[in-house]
Amino acid sequence: MSASGLNAVADGELAPGRQGSGFAISALESFGGAVNGFLEWFGSLGIFAWQVFKAGVTPPYEWRELVRQLDEVGSRSLPLVAMAGAAIGVVISLEARYSLSRFGAKSMFPATLVYSVIQVMGPIITGLIVSGRVGAGIGAELASMKVTEQIDAIEASAINPYRLLAATRILACILMLPLLTLAADASGLLTGWFAQTLVEPLSFHQFIESGFQGATFNAFLPPTFKTTVYGLIIGTIACFQGMRTRGGAEGVGRAATNSVVLGSLFVILADVVLVKFILVVFP
Amino acid sequence: MATTYDIPSKQRAAEPGGSVPVVAVENVHKSFGSHRVLNGVSLSVSRGETLAVLGRSGTGKSVLLRLIIGLEKPDSGSVRIHGEDIAGLALDRMGEIRKKMGFLFQHAALYDSLTVAGNVAFPLEHHRREMSRAERDDRVKQLLGEVGMEGALDKMPSDISGGMQKRVGLARALALAPEILLLDEPTAGLDPISSGEIDDLILKLQRERQMASIVVTHDLHSAKAIANRLALLDKGNVVIKGSFEDLQQSEIEFVKEFLKQS
Repeated sequence: MSASGLNAVADGELAPGRQGSGFAISALESFGGAVNGFLEWFGSLGIFAWQVFKAGVTPPYEWRELVRQLDEVGSRSLPLVAMAGAAIGVVISLEARYSLSRFGAKSMFPATLVYSVIQVMGPIITGLIVSGRVGAGIGAELASMKVTEQIDAIEASAINPYRLLAATRILACILMLPLLTLAADASGLLTGWFAQTLVEPLSFHQFIESGFQGATFNAFLPPTFKTTVYGLIIGTIACFQGMRTRGGAEGVGRAATNSVVLGSLFVILADVVLVKFILVVFP
Repeated sequence: MATTYDIPSKQRAAEPGGSVPVVAVENVHKSFGSHRVLNGVSLSVSRGETLAVLGRSGTGKSVLLRLIIGLEKPDSGSVRIHGEDIAGLALDRMGEIRKKMGFLFQHAALYDSLTVAGNVAFPLEHHRREMSRAERDDRVKQLLGEVGMEGALDKMPSDISGGMQKRVGLARALALAPEILLLDEPTAGLDPISSGEIDDLILKLQRERQMASIVVTHDLHSAKAIANRLALLDKGNVVIKGSFEDLQQSEIEFVKEFLKQS
């Protein structure tokens, strides 16, 4: 089993236990090892995040690298996020129309689609897509730089790698996630309306008016801006996994996989907390 | 070249005759887990001097260089740069010291997303922000000219040979006009002609710049060509320090065996 319990879970490495009483001991040992590994991983992640924060808030600021990362995270993820949003819009449209028809509530279709896309599906789908594309990219890129000593070369050149490599990528993820979420929302609403119109004509103006009727900013802004937390999670985990990689090509592959798996897992877990938080703070 | 370091007066006084070696490694121990890599290594280098650290693979030669530039921390002992112990220094202060050091990595460690020119310009962009773009470009061309790579400005690191990568790595290491040059296996993996060219280049740079240099190598011929002094490492200890002649006259079995096999 790998040293880190979480990495072991991500890699699917947890070994099967033995039979009989040995099985119980083995299972307990595995569990203890996994908990220990998780705590060690989490502590290291916390120290890493603090170092990045300290480096990120002190000058000199790496504006050029930040702009490059904004482009990498934002513009290059846009087509994928928009396509995923479009697909979700069609799926919700089909499902909602069928379910609402059964209960004789077809007039609720626009509001159902708008709330489902903007409050629920848009943010989480964007988070997962970005975790897959950007998380893997950052994890693999930094891991590759680590194993070829490029990160050491940066440090040896008296440049803080936490500032140059990690802070810029994490900040780009934080800033771009809400914008990408808006793109996914817009795309989902458009295709959802289009799918409905094919079956039962409904003007776009009427759809929007009816969908957003009585809606307040509180209903839509918090779900969109909660994705900044997803960005923080995705960027931090991917940079952490990449910059602490050991080994050659195998290490790079493991860093990319772990960045995606752990990033996605923590995005979903964060969503649980954030949904509850938003319901309490913005009732 | 005058140093700009503020060396505490107590440290200055501690050195015999007031002369502080540029790099002083004193009784350094370093282990990775249960594997002891360095076991009480001491050596020093002065301005204008080149020390070659020789030894078999895995004897901690590269770790020694990483300790000197602060990429690793010693378990015990001290590494002093211009008399200042670098252990426990804040990142900013360490950064100031690193600006005075050039490091050539064993595999060059060029940034693969940047061109050859971009690699050499990288330290200048970060530490010579007052330079105009034209001045920086001129400096990059001059540095690449010094290492005979002026024709490869726009090439990517993956498009040039290992020997060329080392030349570019050397140009990058020289970008900030360092007082200390650390070279990790500069000729490893190169054919004899390329090795000779790199040796000549290092000698030329030494004559022109008078840096304090430490060259880690297992290539005795290269060490003999470029170094004033040699130190032979075995099992984490310095077995012998001195000139090439001192090594030749040594009665130590390991030294004799090393010279015989090289």
